Amino acid sequence: MDPLISGLYGIPVLGLVFQLLGYVLDLLPILGQTTIAVAVPITLAALCGVLCERTGVVNIGIEGIMLTGAFVGWIVGAAAAELMGPVTPLPIFGITMPLLIGLVAALLAGMLLALLHAWLAISVRVDQIISGVILNILALGVTGYLNTLIASQSPPGAGSFTALSLPSTVTNLPLVGWLLRALFNQGPIAISTIVIVIILQVLLFRSRWGLRTRAVGEHPKAAETVGINVIHLRYRNVIASGALAALGGAYLSMEQTNSFQAGMSAGRGFIGLAAMIVGRWTPIGAFGAAILFASGTALGQAISIGPPNGQLGDLLGKLPSQFFDALPYVVTIIVLAGVVGRSIPPAADGKPYEREATT
Amino acid sequence: MSAAAPASFPRRVWELVAVPVVAIILALLAGAVVIFIFSVLVSRAAFDPTLPLKAYGALISGSLGSFDGLVETCVQATPLLLAGLGVAVGFRAGLFNIGAQGQFLLGALGAVWVGASLASASPLLSIPLALAVAVVVGALWAGIAGYLKATSGAHEVVTTIMLNYIALAVLSWLVAGPLRLTNSPQPVTAGIGQAALPIIIGRDGHIGILIALAAVPLMWFLLYRTTIGFEIRAVGANADAARYAGMRPRSTILLTMALAGGLAGLAGGVTLLGLSQQMPAGYTTTVGFDAITVALLGRSNPWGVLPAALLFGAMRAGAGLMQIQAGVPADLVYIIQAIILLFLIIDVLLRKLPGLRAAKAGLVTTDAVTAPAGEAA
Repeated sequence: MDPLISGLYGIPVLGLVFQLLGYVLDLLPILGQTTIAVAVPITLAALCGVLCERTGVVNIGIEGIMLTGAFVGWIVGAAAAELMGPVTPLPIFGITMPLLIGLVAALLAGMLLALLHAWLAISVRVDQIISGVILNILALGVTGYLNTLIASQSPPGAGSFTALSLPSTVTNLPLVGWLLRALFNQGPIAISTIVIVIILQVLLFRSRWGLRTRAVGEHPKAAETVGINVIHLRYRNVIASGALAALGGAYLSMEQTNSFQAGMSAGRGFIGLAAMIVGRWTPIGAFGAAILFASGTALGQAISIGPPNGQLGDLLGKLPSQFFDALPYVVTIIVLAGVVGRSIPPAADGKPYEREATT
Repeated sequence: MSAAAPASFPRRVWELVAVPVVAIILALLAGAVVIFIFSVLVSRAAFDPTLPLKAYGALISGSLGSFDGLVETCVQATPLLLAGLGVAVGFRAGLFNIGAQGQFLLGALGAVWVGASLASASPLLSIPLALAVAVVVGALWAGIAGYLKATSGAHEVVTTIMLNYIALAVLSWLVAGPLRLTNSPQPVTAGIGQAALPIIIGRDGHIGILIALAAVPLMWFLLYRTTIGFEIRAVGANADAARYAGMRPRSTILLTMALAGGLAGLAGGVTLLGLSQQMPAGYTTTVGFDAITVALLGRSNPWGVLPAALLFGAMRAGAGLMQIQAGVPADLVYIIQAIILLFLIIDVLLRKLPGLRAAKAGLVTTDAVTAPAGEAA
């Protein structure tokens, strides 16, 4: 080993940081790719939350929308595959007609469920937390019910989208190679997620729609006075947000794997909620928080497969793997408690809007 | 309320139960439609119009049709009743406790830990101690959310959701690590031995049933006949007015969350000491979320929570037989649960039905719940 490096590693306490840095740098190509893969569904869930809450509607039913998206995408894809017989996938991303049909169905199902939430929250003006709970229980019940019935017939399924594979000359580039590999050696949903984050960030803070959305979420009455239709905008945004969460679900059953398991969203909708809060209700911030949470998971996986040597290895070896599972939630509580910076939701978040009489 | 003479007692009862009863009936009808539509997948041939009847028949005979079924209904209702009372108390103070799940799990783990440590001690010592630890652990876990709400205004819905997942990680870490039974192939704690709850009726009708039943009048007394209960309800109705009247909403919030968590922890304690008697790392339950439905269906009133818990206990008890006899998946219970909740919250529309005009709203509204974190008391 380089004498300089071993010198740095030898420094008490601080040396551990250098050791961790060295370990991460060694594994960067793999860690980066895993981190993005884990972060994608969390990011999409968080974007669903950002879109809803920026517009003034609290949505804790993201988990249910994701689960529905995962199930519908998979089952409709499988049905289409059975009807259409063997198909040859496109050379890029392994795209087939059944997969596309499944994906569209997943998005529509997510929007339908979001429409239910929008109707309950905006028109009937019920408690939005209860409405979100209903979404979650309903999705768990319906997908579980149908999955139990269908699993006994076990359809072969439509397969899954495949990841891009950059040539090794690109991924071996110094400095940026690992980043390109992390960002682009991914499937179509993962790559579009990164694009969606950027587009949504720009739209939310640089477009007319974004200004209106934020106005409606902060002060609906003022927005209405200048001629913005609060009810319509809330409906549109909440329904659109359903497509985002459902895309996250479809990622689980159509890109990361090629099948559906009961309850496969496994709390990602709630981690998404956490990422939204830690990211302070902005798309980029939510993406950053999702990356942070996911890198914990990726690091935990890497350590359990090949722990680092020396002092650091001894220390990390003692750390239970559950530590990394709990990390996102602990970080969120710390942020909420106001210990590290304050995270404040839009002012009208969760408050139903009632128009005043027009005469 | 009109200025006319007070309505007769049966009429007042009907006004109170009309919306829940109609919601249950409509949900069961909707469930029948679901069973019918997907009967095509069960029989794999054609739609079967008799399947809903078969399924509900099996559901009823599995839960109410035999002595064992009735006992099972009570056993299943026990944790729902305790945790449901906890969520209901929270609602009364304007707090939405979504964290019954985590409080249940850690309370259960605390009870099992004490039970396993005192496995050969006298049950007279180990059982009360184990249950007390379950209450304390649940109360402390919920107390974190209560403390954060009281001091920094962090919304209890978000913090309790986060605490649920942290509880899962803590549980799996402790059971796979320090509390693991040595030489077991799967991560699981040691058995509780002598600390198992005594069986009082049937095959597994443990004494926890009586504990849960006793909690109903106790909670009613606490809420409606004590100063603390009055403060809880006052803070729930209007925290600012309560503060102006000299109460301290912050400590009431902390106390209420601890009370709710204690009840959910106790639910975990009696379930584990009475039924599985050891804690596997992958222990799963939906009691925490079912408790929300039970509390809402029972209108956050202890006497209302009792029949609501029995209803869901019966559905859980009969769902297995329904799946075996009629081939209808037990997940149907979740669908019915969601639809009941749906009809309960759209009571505004429900009460336009003829005969339901006089009915009271189906939910205790929790306006304080949806207030943004920054503004909360």
